[in-house]
Amino acid sequence: MENKEELTALPAHGPMLTRKDFVSDQMVRWCPGCGDFAILATVQKLLPSLGIPREKYVFVSGIGCSSRFPYYMNTYGFHSIHGRAPTLATGLKCARPDLQVWVITGDGDGLSIGGNHLIHALRKNVDLKILLFNNRIYGLTKGQLSPTSEFGKKTKSTPYGSTDQPINPIALALASEATFVGRVIDTDLARFAQVLERAAKHKGSALIEIFQNCIVFNDGAWNEVSDKATRDENNVDLIHGQPLIFGKNRDKGIRLNGFKPEVVTFAPGQPPKDLLVHDETSAPLAYMLAHMERPDFPTPQGVFRSVQRPALHELIDGQIAQARKASGAEPDLQALLRGSETWTVAA
Amino acid sequence: MSDTQTQSAKAAPRRPQPAQEVESVTIRFAGDSGDGIQLTGMQFTTSTALAGNDLSTLPDYPAEIRAPVGTLPGVSGYQIHFSSREVLTPGDAPDVLVAMNPAALKANIKDLKKGGILIVNTDAFTAANLTKVQYAKSPLEDGSLSDFRVISVELSRMTGNALAGLALTKVQVERCKNFFALGMMYWLYDRPMEATLNWIEKKFKKTALLVEANQKALHAGNAYAETAEIFGAHYSVRKAPIAPGVYRNITGNEATALGMIAASQKSGLDLWLGTYPITPASDILHELCKHKEFGVKTFQAEDEIAAIGSAIGASFAGHLAATSTSGPGVALKSEAIGLAVMTELPLVIIDVQRGGPSTGLPTKTEQADLLQAMYGRNGECPVPILAPATPAECFSMAYEASRLAIKYMTPVFLLSDGYLANGSEPWLIPDADKLAAFEFPTLPEADKYKPYLRDERTLARPWAAPGLSGYEHRLGGLEKQDVTGNVSYDPDNHERMVRLRAAKVNKIAQDIPATQILGAKKGKVLVIGWGSTYGAITAAARNAQARGQSVSSIHLRHLNPLPPDLGDIISQFEHVLIPEMNMGQLLKIIRAKFAINAVGLNKIKGQPFKIAEVETGIDALAGGGRN
Repeated sequence: MENKEELTALPAHGPMLTRKDFVSDQMVRWCPGCGDFAILATVQKLLPSLGIPREKYVFVSGIGCSSRFPYYMNTYGFHSIHGRAPTLATGLKCARPDLQVWVITGDGDGLSIGGNHLIHALRKNVDLKILLFNNRIYGLTKGQLSPTSEFGKKTKSTPYGSTDQPINPIALALASEATFVGRVIDTDLARFAQVLERAAKHKGSALIEIFQNCIVFNDGAWNEVSDKATRDENNVDLIHGQPLIFGKNRDKGIRLNGFKPEVVTFAPGQPPKDLLVHDETSAPLAYMLAHMERPDFPTPQGVFRSVQRPALHELIDGQIAQARKASGAEPDLQALLRGSETWTVAA
Repeated sequence: MSDTQTQSAKAAPRRPQPAQEVESVTIRFAGDSGDGIQLTGMQFTTSTALAGNDLSTLPDYPAEIRAPVGTLPGVSGYQIHFSSREVLTPGDAPDVLVAMNPAALKANIKDLKKGGILIVNTDAFTAANLTKVQYAKSPLEDGSLSDFRVISVELSRMTGNALAGLALTKVQVERCKNFFALGMMYWLYDRPMEATLNWIEKKFKKTALLVEANQKALHAGNAYAETAEIFGAHYSVRKAPIAPGVYRNITGNEATALGMIAASQKSGLDLWLGTYPITPASDILHELCKHKEFGVKTFQAEDEIAAIGSAIGASFAGHLAATSTSGPGVALKSEAIGLAVMTELPLVIIDVQRGGPSTGLPTKTEQADLLQAMYGRNGECPVPILAPATPAECFSMAYEASRLAIKYMTPVFLLSDGYLANGSEPWLIPDADKLAAFEFPTLPEADKYKPYLRDERTLARPWAAPGLSGYEHRLGGLEKQDVTGNVSYDPDNHERMVRLRAAKVNKIAQDIPATQILGAKKGKVLVIGWGSTYGAITAAARNAQARGQSVSSIHLRHLNPLPPDLGDIISQFEHVLIPEMNMGQLLKIIRAKFAINAVGLNKIKGQPFKIAEVETGIDALAGGGRN
């Protein structure tokens, strides 16, 4: 299923590292039971397997609970200002293409105050691995409405209920022409590790929306899809080239009725032939999947879209190489200072 | 004053007429923004530089790209002052005004000197064009221009005649008329035309017909001025006694861009410019993006914040990073500037000031961002500030800003302004080998490395870019523990760090050269200037000195920290006068720092000071006054 070009982007193997090499000496200060712990552990577990030297990783974050993440990684890191992580990460990656740059953000940081930056980092295909921790609430400021909070939601800042339509992060990423868009649940460790690895190996912007549970201010926001008892019925796995089948007994599927998806039920093991088959390269399909929401549909999990497009740093470096080729000689500062029209004043 | 055209007795017209010598001339070209006025002015500038005069220019263009044709908002102007002596300003009042239409006349006639030459394109003085600017009657006919030597030229018709026989559309012919006018001016001031002829050839190389048309128009204008004897006389301006060397003409924005490239080359660091288009700073981007062969990476970000964010990221990555903007952009970048202060990363913030507040006067000049640069952030957030005094000096100050940013690991403000940015002057091209060397903060061995372990000389912390094994560390906007750089909320540590950041910026004083005093070291009035007011202040101080006034002037390039010798200099004078294009921002700083009753001279018109205005200010303090 892996795209061949994606795998070639990997640098050569460095010395063998372990998870512990990526654990910093700082005490992790998230609330006990926070979904962030699972995300941190999953990332720390993945990195040694990628064969990239530790000093080549940079974790950049904005502001929010999730944005403390870089302090807990024993790599280079930058805990920046609210919403602006993609901007720093863009400068960092384009200045130094040899680095692997991760952006850690949340629904408030990435979709509200930093929404503009997220859009543009994605459309420019900056080679960033963006983990968007979505807990549908402002945690660090203690419980206000977030841009992904449900319409009508009562929070500390909306005692009469939210008046705002929530943002759909996947649809936003797709509309921004992101080249890799995935979704996982913080507690679904196996799938999380898979999608995370694919994102890490993707060349270009990779955004993963992570359903993350805020145990203090929005506990159970994702129960419907994360709870063991209901998750098989309420999620559908996106597997490239495979039909969309879900349910504890794998007896339900998605098919198209005209332009609209619908749920069909069938006898286990006997799926109808017209079930929708996932294709990570199809933009219309990805849009449709992004809009399949509870309660009418199972929530799609996995990789919505994965396509190849030159990353921004490649294009920038390409233009520099082209300019150097066109100018022929080594760049000459003195010639630049002289410019094209000069005159000489004699002594 | 010396900055005037001194015209000798009128010679009887004859052919070929010998040129009469004059010392200094100021010419203003004015017309619709679509008339090619800036282009005409720049061509005249190049030819004047090649003729060996000293010069200074001031473009004055509207905020609208193409305001309705023939209206006052659409008037674009370009002023050049050239002389056989040193030129410090673009000239107070023009000796010659070229008005391409009634709007250009109406907008500029009040500035023309009495007895000055007024060249008008009579073809544009139609009833419709006169109505557009509320001229009830043509000023060419109502006697209102009797103070001037009016030269009426049917510019459109004459250009049409000159180009008859070429397969051109009416619009194409009309577009050549600025070269006809330029040709006339070349004759009037005895300028060589080769540079412009070559320029036309290059510019229109894809269309031979347009090369022919524009060159023909230029020649025709030149011949017309000579043979029609419309001027009665023509003039020459001798070469100025300029320091020997190779020169070019350069605008402030070009010089800033080249200064950044030079800094990149000399520091060995690739240059990153994160920016967002904004008047009058965009030309810095336009210039830098042309020079990718130097490894320059220019990034047009989605907004001002992303622009500086990308630069901070590139700085963390070990690049020489800059962001260029104007006042409104600085306001948007404030939080990120604070981040650069907290993380102590080198960064050059170029603020090409314009009239404010808010959107203000985008194309007009002002110096009203000084206090924004000093204080416009949350918390105790000191940032060094440098300000070039002339367009060419933007080169050396951009270079110095880069050098200090790296040496002291700090963001540095470069306060240019619209006047410097678009104004131009001859530049003695520096020897690249002789530019100051860059100093980097010491990077200890990995086992001794701490992100905030400071260099004793500079208090700079080490700069360990990602990719260095053993130096992995985390930066951020939360308060840093001294030495380790870990997050710290400790009260004593916070106060220590606030004081350390301030002390580090103050250390830069050791890099500031001794202040040059124009005039005596002791006296009645000391004029203190900064930024683009240099020319007017210097010329005014010299004039006042020549009249016997006890006045000296100094010009500050370093506004934070201030030069360490400033207090001693000030103490030798009875009065301190601070001319600024704002309400008195340096004035507040000087009063606060030295507890003296300095006096402000403030102009907030979006236009630079005139020499006479500063002289009046000097006389008010020095007493006496002019006769």
